[in-house]
Amino acid sequence: MTRTLALTALSLAVVAPVRLSAQDTSAVDRGVRIGILYRPGVRPGIVVLTGRAPALDSVRAIMARDIDYSDRFELITLPGSDSIRLAAPPSPPVPGPRPAAGTAAGKTSGGAASAGGLNYPLYQALGADFAVAVTPAGGDSAVVTVHDVAGGAVRREVRSRLPPLTDPAFRMAVHRLSDRVLEATLGAPGIAATRVLFVMDGKVYVIDQDGAERRLVSSTDHSAMSPAWAADGRRFSYMEFWQGHGRLFVQDVASGKRAPVPTTGQALDFTPAFSPDGKILAFSRAIEEGTDVYTVNIKDGCCLQRLTVGRFYDNLSPTYSPDGQRIAFVSTRAGLPQIYVMGADGTDQQLFAPFDYGATGSSNAPEWSPDGQAVAFHRDVGGTLQVFVLDVRTRAVRQLTSVGRNEDPTWAPDSRHMAFVSDRSGYRQLWIIDLETGRIRPLLQQSGARLPAWSPRLPETASPTP
Amino acid sequence: MKRLPLLLLSGLAVAIVAACGGKKPEPVTPVAGPDADSLARAQRAHEDSMRAAQDEADRRAREDADRQRRIADSLAAIGQTTNAVKTLLATLIHFDYDKALIRGGDASVLDQKVSILQANPGLRIRVSGHCDERGSDEYNLALGNRRATAAKQYLVSHGIDASRIETVSYGEERPADPAHDEEAWAKNRRDEFEILAGGDALKQP
Repeated sequence: MTRTLALTALSLAVVAPVRLSAQDTSAVDRGVRIGILYRPGVRPGIVVLTGRAPALDSVRAIMARDIDYSDRFELITLPGSDSIRLAAPPSPPVPGPRPAAGTAAGKTSGGAASAGGLNYPLYQALGADFAVAVTPAGGDSAVVTVHDVAGGAVRREVRSRLPPLTDPAFRMAVHRLSDRVLEATLGAPGIAATRVLFVMDGKVYVIDQDGAERRLVSSTDHSAMSPAWAADGRRFSYMEFWQGHGRLFVQDVASGKRAPVPTTGQALDFTPAFSPDGKILAFSRAIEEGTDVYTVNIKDGCCLQRLTVGRFYDNLSPTYSPDGQRIAFVSTRAGLPQIYVMGADGTDQQLFAPFDYGATGSSNAPEWSPDGQAVAFHRDVGGTLQVFVLDVRTRAVRQLTSVGRNEDPTWAPDSRHMAFVSDRSGYRQLWIIDLETGRIRPLLQQSGARLPAWSPRLPETASPTP
Repeated sequence: MKRLPLLLLSGLAVAIVAACGGKKPEPVTPVAGPDADSLARAQRAHEDSMRAAQDEADRRAREDADRQRRIADSLAAIGQTTNAVKTLLATLIHFDYDKALIRGGDASVLDQKVSILQANPGLRIRVSGHCDERGSDEYNLALGNRRATAAKQYLVSHGIDASRIETVSYGEERPADPAHDEEAWAKNRRDEFEILAGGDALKQP
């Protein structure tokens, strides 16, 4: 009890200066919430317009969901949306019409449809700052028009080839369009064109970030664990049990082919992590002496190096900083496992996430955020696991979750979304949390999924063969 | 026609015997003509020898059967011993949550394994460390490794050659009891012992 209180106090102290603190806000939440500062309404409104081309309905649907899942907009759904067409009637009964006068600031608006055929005042009245229209552009192409409703002008037109609906590359092509919309509206790179690797029943699967297209990617009889992406999104690594040994593999996304990592497989090798340049694979190796962090050069297939030497304690679960200079890892040097950091060559090892000796529970599964500013991990709080985030600069730690057991966080490339494993619904499944708004959604409503790894933004050529 | 050389040969033989004989040759047992007594004797002798042979064969058969039975019995005994030793060797040891220390009560279990390994020098074993599901999935691989190594260190410190014991860890990946309660967790925090080689016929320590 005192432990919980101490932690709460710590979290509160830490949370205070943070602009927005993400906490569980899903409907199933019943636990204690600390410092929710989320205010709805500050986000720009966006409306995805329905169009006359039914063939593009699924494009709009996927795009609307992507935009919703970006958690950066208020997604405005139009009442009886089918009746509102791109080109509104010339004199619509607009609620609260604005004076029809163009201004020097470019704020053209008025009762009449303005450039692009969109009734800007109508959408502005509905609370939209942006409107997105998808229209066919001949052949297998589509044009996505991003309207700046407040500015009363078209902000960007994105023309893109879209594979047919039945093509396995279709959804990813739409996700890329969604990311273009995010970029055109807020200048922020999106996370729609990403996937999450995870383990279920000893096999590695991949799933789109919107929960679609689950596919098996490792299909041997050997039990697999710990998938991890390379920073270019073209390869990933994972571990398989081979007669009591752990063998690491690197698999190519496009071809689906895999190769064992040299020097691994003769001991229990696990938790692979790519260096940001993709040349080095760091991993944990358990031998009789204990578990330690090693690296191997996977570009040249050589040069096994041992970074830690913990004869009477364990060092494991390495994760690179995005600049490749440092590695955060778990060490039991102080007794229970806690989060430490060292240079990428193993020098200058020190405590990273502060803890209260004798009070703070075990901390594990660190993952450095893509923007380099935070390290997510999980920590034992009162006998169950909760997700925490360490601020790399201030070394302040804050607790993100409080309902049920929450573990194995993995960052989205925008460094504000995170996938993790939670049993808040009664069984362990994958969830996604937005750290800015605290919104939580299930990624996969299936029991037994664990050890998620969120991809970087996927390159166009890395679409896997299904 | 054939008689002639035979007769000649007999005559020659007699002549030689006669010639060499400083001592008078024993009178050759008169080739008596078959009489009733001799026929009966021969018949009796023949029957006796037949009976003796039969008895001998019977005796051998009995001995063979006995030997087979003895072999079977001793094999069964060895098998029973081997199974008993195997069972003893496979006895699990258990651990406290997030700990890799050998419990006091488990030391005697490991002592038995020391005796078995000493009595059977050809025996090689593998110790696998396991964890319950409460800890972190990946950390449990390191913890299971510590648990397997702890048992190995105990055996080695009691005189067993380190090369006879292999260690592996399965973390929480292979629970003995799939339930999600304290009872199952206690069962799952364990070391398992399996025979790698030399386990065909084990001696009781």
